Amino acid sequence: MTNPVFATGDTVRVKALFPPGHVRTPFYCRGKRGRVERVIGPYPNPEQLAYGERAPDALVLYRVTFPQGELWDDYEGDSSDVLELELYETWLEQDEDIA
Amino acid sequence: MTESNPYRRHHDMGGFEADPVDTSEHDKAPWEKRVDALMRLLSDDERQLLRVDELRRAIEDLGPDVYDRLSYYERWMSAITQIMLEKKVIGATELGERMARIDAREQAARND
Repeated sequence: MTNPVFATGDTVRVKALFPPGHVRTPFYCRGKRGRVERVIGPYPNPEQLAYGERAPDALVLYRVTFPQGELWDDYEGDSSDVLELELYETWLEQDEDIA
Repeated sequence: MTESNPYRRHHDMGGFEADPVDTSEHDKAPWEKRVDALMRLLSDDERQLLRVDELRRAIEDLGPDVYDRLSYYERWMSAITQIMLEKKVIGATELGERMARIDAREQAARND
């Protein structure tokens, strides 16, 4: 589980999931497409830690870069502006490359 | 921004309009320092009764109304209480009786 599925430069899409429990994936990035900026490494699964799990699974954390215009429909800044988020592998899936 | 999406949880408010953040330094009240100390003692290596992820989860579960009404350390206190009840470190009746005793003590102090 700790071998990274994605590599730097991969285009990924954040899964559009909306569970009621504790997650570390901001609402505004769900369903959005970004690019892996770096593989940060494995960390204890916070979704298990939040409910008292003492032996959580290791999940690979990535830093993902999103164009601001991808995140906000009404974004008026420069088209090269980006936002970086740290997201766990279980929330990401491979997607078509961003042009 | 889909403000009306029923799946968005209240605390998950990144991207919304908000008032400016107050960055001025201010002293903590003694009770706030005690809440902070309690959190650190409960989560230390010896006790391991609380993790920051659990604290965060319990704060998120307060519900929109309570979340907005409580101050920062009041949220912590509510969340710590919830988790200590879940882990059976304290019991609800025991907690209620202690609260009543403190109320009575404060009341007596005010009447002196």
